[in-house]
Amino acid sequence: MTVRFGVVVFPGSNCDSDVYHVIRDVLGQPVDYVWHEETDVSKYQCIVLPGGFSYGDYLRPGALARFSPVMRGVEEYAHDGGLVLGICNGFQILLESGLLPGAMLPNDCLEFRCGWVNLRVDNVDTPFTLEYRRGEVVRMPIAHHEGNYVLDKDLLEALQRRGGITFTYVDESGRATKESNPNGALLNIAGIVNERGNVLGMMPHPERCSEDVLGGEDGLRVFKSVVRYYG
Amino acid sequence: MRFGEVQGVLLVMYRGTVVVTLKETIFDPQGEAVKNSLVAMGFSSVTKVRMGKHIIVYLEAVNEEEAREKLADMARRLLANPVTETYEISLVEVPISR
Repeated sequence: MTVRFGVVVFPGSNCDSDVYHVIRDVLGQPVDYVWHEETDVSKYQCIVLPGGFSYGDYLRPGALARFSPVMRGVEEYAHDGGLVLGICNGFQILLESGLLPGAMLPNDCLEFRCGWVNLRVDNVDTPFTLEYRRGEVVRMPIAHHEGNYVLDKDLLEALQRRGGITFTYVDESGRATKESNPNGALLNIAGIVNERGNVLGMMPHPERCSEDVLGGEDGLRVFKSVVRYYG
Repeated sequence: MRFGEVQGVLLVMYRGTVVVTLKETIFDPQGEAVKNSLVAMGFSSVTKVRMGKHIIVYLEAVNEEEAREKLADMARRLLANPVTETYEISLVEVPISR
């Protein structure tokens, strides 16, 4: 099965090459860089908004990227049911664009958090999580300053009810404790999916843990899931 | 000072200030840290500090009402995030000729 991926490159993206490498060299699928000035992404089967500091994180992370030409295409693509994966800054862009609900605040510790976290996979029925087992605890790296996820109470309850929470920061035994929350995110939320299931945002970096030599392969299954979804 | 003209309508230059702060319901750890430092310095009467952004926008409009509407639109759509932030707008006419 061949699945064509597009990795969007904004000025200031810095995880684009990592994602590109994983898809081409580890996953063995065709992949293109998509420059932020392009407007049509309809030829791809999955669009990835990578991590980094798009537009220097000026104003708020993702706030300016959201108005770049490519995001008009990505929004249209998502509304047509196309798969969109936002990682770290990509997640922040999805929130700013309204493709996912909520917003990010600076980490409650006021520090940039960089390190490995334990994640519980809470929803395995999305095109991005088919390769996981429900409730499984996996390890992935995080690296962000604004990962403190917030959402109004009513919307949060709705998100929870429909299984929108996909990844949760947990301890090794799978419990969402205060100590295992690196940034203060509500309900230890690390990743969410939209109602339709085609747009997923996550703060951890699956592309940084897709090869054993880099400390783990738990992240590769995000990309493998997309291929399996189409297979 | 009136200087611009579009289709016979005089335009005025305004300097708008948009102050964006976190909603009262949202914890502001920076503000809290600054408050704690102020209290530690001896400013014991400080009860609260809220941090925010101060954005200055120069724009042309036919009158203050239009300038204010435009700034509010900018604040709603870009300058503030409606999920977490709130904003206040102030305006002054600026005497620039060209």
